[in-house]
Amino acid sequence: MILETIIGLEIHVELNTRTKIFCGCSTEFGAEPNANTCPVCIGLPGTLPVLNEEAVNLAVRAGKALNCRINTINKFDRKNYFYPDLPKAYQISQFDLPICEHGYVDIDIEGMNKRINILRIHMEEDPGKLIHAEGEPITMIDYNRSGVPLIEIVTEPDIRSPKEAVTFLTALKAILEYSEVSDCKMEQGSLRCDANISLRPIGQEKLNTKVEIKNINSFKEILKALEKEEKRQKELYDFNEAYKIKQETRKWDSGKGRTIPMRSKEDAHDYRYFPEPDLPPVIIKNETLAAIQNTVPEMPEEKKARFKNQYGLNDNETEVLISKKVLAEYFEDVVSYKVSSKEASKWIKVEVMRMLKESENIEIPAKYLAKLIKLIENGRISRSAAKEVFDVLWLTEKTPEAVIKEKQLEQISGSDQLDQVISEAIEKNPDAVAAYLRGKEQSKIFLMGQVMKATKGQANPKLAMQILTEKLGKTEDLKNFSESIDNADK
Amino acid sequence: MEIEKMTVEEIKKGYRTGEFSAVEVVTYYLERIKEYDEQIGAFLSLCENSALEEAKKTDKKIKNNKALGLLEGVPVAVKDLICTRGLRTTCASKMLEDFIPPYDATVIKKLRETGAILIGKTNMDEFAMGSSTENSAFKTTRNPWDSRKVPGGSSGGSAAAVSAGFTPFAIGSDTGGSIRQPAAFCGNVGLKPTYGLVSRYGLIAFASSLDQIGTFTKTVKDAALGLQAIQGHDSMDATSIRCDITGDYTIHLEDGIKGMKFGLPKEFYQEGLDEEIKASIMSSIQRIIRMGGEVEEFSLPITKTGLSAYYIISSAEASANLARYDGIRYGYRTEKFSDIETLMLNSRTEGFGQEVKRRIMIGTYVLSSGYYDAYYKKAMIFRRKVKEIFGEAFEKYDAIISPVSPVLPFDIGEKTNDPLQMYLSDIYTVNVNIAGLPAISIPCGYSRSQLPIGLQIIGNFYEEEKLLKSAYALEQDLFLYHKVPELKGVV
Repeated sequence: MILETIIGLEIHVELNTRTKIFCGCSTEFGAEPNANTCPVCIGLPGTLPVLNEEAVNLAVRAGKALNCRINTINKFDRKNYFYPDLPKAYQISQFDLPICEHGYVDIDIEGMNKRINILRIHMEEDPGKLIHAEGEPITMIDYNRSGVPLIEIVTEPDIRSPKEAVTFLTALKAILEYSEVSDCKMEQGSLRCDANISLRPIGQEKLNTKVEIKNINSFKEILKALEKEEKRQKELYDFNEAYKIKQETRKWDSGKGRTIPMRSKEDAHDYRYFPEPDLPPVIIKNETLAAIQNTVPEMPEEKKARFKNQYGLNDNETEVLISKKVLAEYFEDVVSYKVSSKEASKWIKVEVMRMLKESENIEIPAKYLAKLIKLIENGRISRSAAKEVFDVLWLTEKTPEAVIKEKQLEQISGSDQLDQVISEAIEKNPDAVAAYLRGKEQSKIFLMGQVMKATKGQANPKLAMQILTEKLGKTEDLKNFSESIDNADK
Repeated sequence: MEIEKMTVEEIKKGYRTGEFSAVEVVTYYLERIKEYDEQIGAFLSLCENSALEEAKKTDKKIKNNKALGLLEGVPVAVKDLICTRGLRTTCASKMLEDFIPPYDATVIKKLRETGAILIGKTNMDEFAMGSSTENSAFKTTRNPWDSRKVPGGSSGGSAAAVSAGFTPFAIGSDTGGSIRQPAAFCGNVGLKPTYGLVSRYGLIAFASSLDQIGTFTKTVKDAALGLQAIQGHDSMDATSIRCDITGDYTIHLEDGIKGMKFGLPKEFYQEGLDEEIKASIMSSIQRIIRMGGEVEEFSLPITKTGLSAYYIISSAEASANLARYDGIRYGYRTEKFSDIETLMLNSRTEGFGQEVKRRIMIGTYVLSSGYYDAYYKKAMIFRRKVKEIFGEAFEKYDAIISPVSPVLPFDIGEKTNDPLQMYLSDIYTVNVNIAGLPAISIPCGYSRSQLPIGLQIIGNFYEEEKLLKSAYALEQDLFLYHKVPELKGVV
């Protein structure tokens, strides 16, 4: 029996609003616990929600970016459940009328285009966060996150492997970042993913019992968790024990690298959804839709095509650039200073990406990187010197010129100066000159090394080589001359 | 000087003419409360110090000829489910016995802005669930007309406070009749405005789509003043409606009702209605006709279904609204718990009273998967129908006249063991909330046993002006409002 894997994803994304969805509190991450709260978002008796329209606009924008149909008549519903992080004991969400439906994301699977369909996107509020004190039977609650606007994106079960899930998520994340719907910082929880996974014999129509996996915090973990669960289910099929796969929610334990049962279908909540009476229906006007459509920025695939066209880049070169919106923007900034686009893409792909492993933001103004590239092109500094300058610029606020001066990295490109150094090198190394003159090409490289040593590497190598060759050529005349003398003596 | 008999209008006049000072008025009321409230039980808390401080400010303003607010120096008692900053707000529940809100409700802000002086918080049925104020976790409120009788509910404390002469003005909330029925039982004017006209921000929710804040006063004119003070759009309440009403409801108050058309829904006058109440209302209708009003009987087939729909919708919303009381952040917390689940479970079991638990269970049940369609959804469909039926009626009539309660104030303890009988006392009032319409209850007579009888006038959306005008005409014609109960000892 050949089995195929069926995966559907539910992705929670925090919207990029300045304030919360139902009150005026800040959504800023990392504030002191409970600093960003008010009577509304901690659900004090008597308080009422008032909708932040910006959240609706961003949800619409997400829908547009993900090719969805937008429902212009929207309502909110209460999803009832008890948990200490949910201060009203109900979450204001959308049940049967999600703001967006029937969208898709096209992804590239081994060179083939594959469409992952999106079932729905709905708006809701984020709950707070529980913090369990270490070694003590104490749990603390931080409500800073309570009321941060979320969208939940639900895919159709169109994904066929854990790898495909990650490819889809990477594409989705780029689209959401590009459209400025969310900053998608998984480490800060602004993008979170739950996965539903089941197996079925190839050719079977019906979907088998699925298992939901929660608590996965990075793409790497998603891959691991899904592969692990896929393996667990496959083994049950192999041993004819597929009936043991129950509809349940399992929690991914990244430390132990396995999924553990969290709750079964029997324990599933009855959320008792009903329309939120505190919020009137939200009608999205056609003008608003059109206005939002116009503000949806260029999506990754469009950008890729444009980069190839406009800057003459190839697939390989564009890949890294479009993977993150900031990189693409940075690239265009650098290129705007009239430097080679190939060079700019190379620098970003290699050096910027190297530094981004350690830091979160690009720490060199585009102007400075452009300057470095120009200085190499003009021969004022060597490529290796430029890399040295680059590292200093990343870590400091200095200008390229200042760093070059400070480190004395400027190449000696004046022929007079080089002339002298090279003449000295020739004079000091008669043996090498002689060896060269006898036809040993290596000796020229040695002499070049001496020149570099004397100039502490600042000699413009091209120019230096040219002068050296010239001088040695003259020595060649000298050689002929000396040989003729030698012969005359004999 | 019998300040306890004075209306808001008369107190305002007294300040202007210098007949008495605000400190005198506030002191007078506070002393009267201290003397008699032990037998009435209208208040859950008093704010003597702040009230006197505010009164001094008013007197200073008067002395310095400063502009006076609409309700400058007028004492107001507020039902204890409206949040008052720094002042205990209990909902008459053990659950919120020690809850001190860190913020003022919008109505409280508005009242303060107009110069009204908060003198205390009044008793009520726990979380506004009840029709007799017997469901309070703290005390029983007695009807000032007969201390064996209930004052009605759920705003029984506010209604009793006005009738007992403890305040000229009180604030209540009306979810299914909780202002109009106690106003009828206690013989004063209870106004429930259109849903959305008065902000609910800071009103501790029972049933969000039905709750509406309103007023208790001795007269219709005072009700007009009170409404002017508390109405208006509020950006903190998304269901509060923007409209171009000026808010001054006194302009056309005395215009009379000549040529106005009134409908009498015949289903509101059938079996179950007390004969004395019926007779009293019929005699008022004769007065309306004499004053030039046109009266016509018509069919409004919504009473019984309305009551069922009301108990489904209000309980469903309540089950969610009251879920936040889990003993975690504020409010009552059990001492018996071993984990988070038992903490929440036991806190709620111990903190809520019987009636509240009953409604939470009804609400949870009607929203449960498998039952939602049969109950909640059906009730919502009926709700739309009620709005349509009222809409058709208001194409023909300017206002609808009906009884408030099918029965006279009943004995304390009489219906506490029979929730269904208790629910039936709301039969003429709940449909108004289901539709979101404004309605007023005014005294229209007294029974042989000297208990007040109320008459309800229901208006179309935002037609408070018409409503008040009609009520005013009838009130002036009846001329009952100077009748006050004589407070006696507990029988």
